[in-house]
Amino acid sequence: MTATADIRRLFLRLLLVAILAIFLAQALFPFAWMAITAFKRDSDLYNPTNNPFLFNEPPTLAHFRLLFKETKFPRWIVNTAWVGLATVLITLVLALPAGYALARLRGRVGQNLGIAVFLTYLIPPTLLFLPLSQIVSSIGLQDNTWSLVLTYPSLAVPFVSWLLMGFFRSLPQELEEAALVDGATRFTAFWRILLPLAVPGILTAVIFTFTLAVNEFIYALTFVSISDLKTVSVGVPTDLIRGDVFFWGAIMASALVVSLPVALLYNAFLDRFVEGLTAGALR
Amino acid sequence: MVSTAVPRVAARRGVVRRVRWEFWLLLPATLYIFLLIGFPLVLSIYYSLSHISVGRRDYSFAGLANFRAILADEIFRQALRNTVLITIVVLIAVLVLSTILATALAERFPGKPIIRYLLLLPWASPVVMSTIAWKWIFDSQYSVINWIARKLHLIGPYEFPQWLGIPSLAIISIIIVQVWRILPFATVITLAGTSAVPRELIEAALVDGAGFFTRLFRITLPLVRPILGVAILFTALFTFTDMAVVWILTRGGPYNTSHVLSSWAFQVGIVAGDLAQGAAIALFMLPVLAIVAVWVLRLSHREVTE
Repeated sequence: MTATADIRRLFLRLLLVAILAIFLAQALFPFAWMAITAFKRDSDLYNPTNNPFLFNEPPTLAHFRLLFKETKFPRWIVNTAWVGLATVLITLVLALPAGYALARLRGRVGQNLGIAVFLTYLIPPTLLFLPLSQIVSSIGLQDNTWSLVLTYPSLAVPFVSWLLMGFFRSLPQELEEAALVDGATRFTAFWRILLPLAVPGILTAVIFTFTLAVNEFIYALTFVSISDLKTVSVGVPTDLIRGDVFFWGAIMASALVVSLPVALLYNAFLDRFVEGLTAGALR
Repeated sequence: MVSTAVPRVAARRGVVRRVRWEFWLLLPATLYIFLLIGFPLVLSIYYSLSHISVGRRDYSFAGLANFRAILADEIFRQALRNTVLITIVVLIAVLVLSTILATALAERFPGKPIIRYLLLLPWASPVVMSTIAWKWIFDSQYSVINWIARKLHLIGPYEFPQWLGIPSLAIISIIIVQVWRILPFATVITLAGTSAVPRELIEAALVDGAGFFTRLFRITLPLVRPILGVAILFTALFTFTDMAVVWILTRGGPYNTSHVLSSWAFQVGIVAGDLAQGAAIALFMLPVLAIVAVWVLRLSHREVTE
């Protein structure tokens, strides 16, 4: 009896290890492939008889040099940083008051407003980019990064308001009420007392919004077509990938440089984002 | 006359004062959302019923002519079929795999936080960058998949399967990338659901001699159903409306066979400049969005009443 139970347990343990190993391999393979390719010499990369998993020739930094010296990649990084930071700022200016108000609106009205805000998050940019492209060009922002700065917050504000609402709800209302009784205005109570307590929530919102701006593809592809003004998400696939030129070393170097920091940062907050989503659909 | 006018003014003032401060705080975000989501949404419906194109601001009413035109187009019908097929296959694959992975991650084992973190990286990575990596993995000449298949003698030494160049393989490639990227997201949700299942329930079932599958199908899955609904909802939404993966991997090729609604709307509306037809194509996403929205409302309503 105990022997079979032990064998059973051992079998389950091995099964667990096998499952985790397979899932880990598929999850990490593209990242490993970026890294291997980015450091490989072209002569090694484009030799079909070589084992692609090994460095058959010594590794090289040539692709990174090419990427940073001879392409517009550094320019795209700067553009992305500017668009991302401006998007974060606008999103916070709009979503902080909204999230706070939603948290303090009790009863049916508050509930319904919260859900309404969340529902707008479900409307994808792929449905809106055509009319927006006309709006952008009619106000003269075609081929201008301001077109992205002004539209990206619309992708973040609904979800971030929702996220911050949940956060402000978790803070005790007595704190601000005490300040109000002491004669503080609603604004000072919010600015001096609630905001410092809400820093973790705000940080989550900042990471979410910034990575969204790095990630965004369709608006950037539609609104900006001048190479110097592109963000990384559009610059790399449109300017570096050319059907007839082999650039894979530099392309994988760029993918590695962009995706690794973003993924590591975003992942640290992933649970909170998902909590926000499940709360959005369940509460 | 005079005596009734005074209280009425006072009452009106009271109404103005009763607009609570919360609504003023909500106003900027609401206006902004209306301007950049609500207005373009209405505009895209209007576009689909007009003659507008990039070169010609012709807003005259076209009736359903655009819808008739795109429905008569085989590329559109293929794109619609692709979108539905890809969404359904991705949904099933993600549900099955995320249940397996969440079950495994619910166990105790050393190094769990780091393994969990690594498993979730695909969702956290910018979709454009990881799709580019996949494009290189699926490369026509230097595909590592083909190299492995050759070494395993699954294909001959001079065979080069064109992953992104053969219609059926291109669709399979798109599905692989979507599953790879969405699986971590669905797993986190499923995991949140399974860890909410009371331990006593599982133990009681164990005492009663229930096997693994009985426990999974009779206890865990029914209990996590609402949260599984969330996973289904967002997986479907993300797959159905995404354009980046398709555009980067195949650009709808070969011969426009791997388009989805969003990429075909981009091709027709922006590249070819026919805004009216592009908008009509994109609007075919609306029914799915409506279903998702109703679902969210029903879930939230049930939670309120419980």
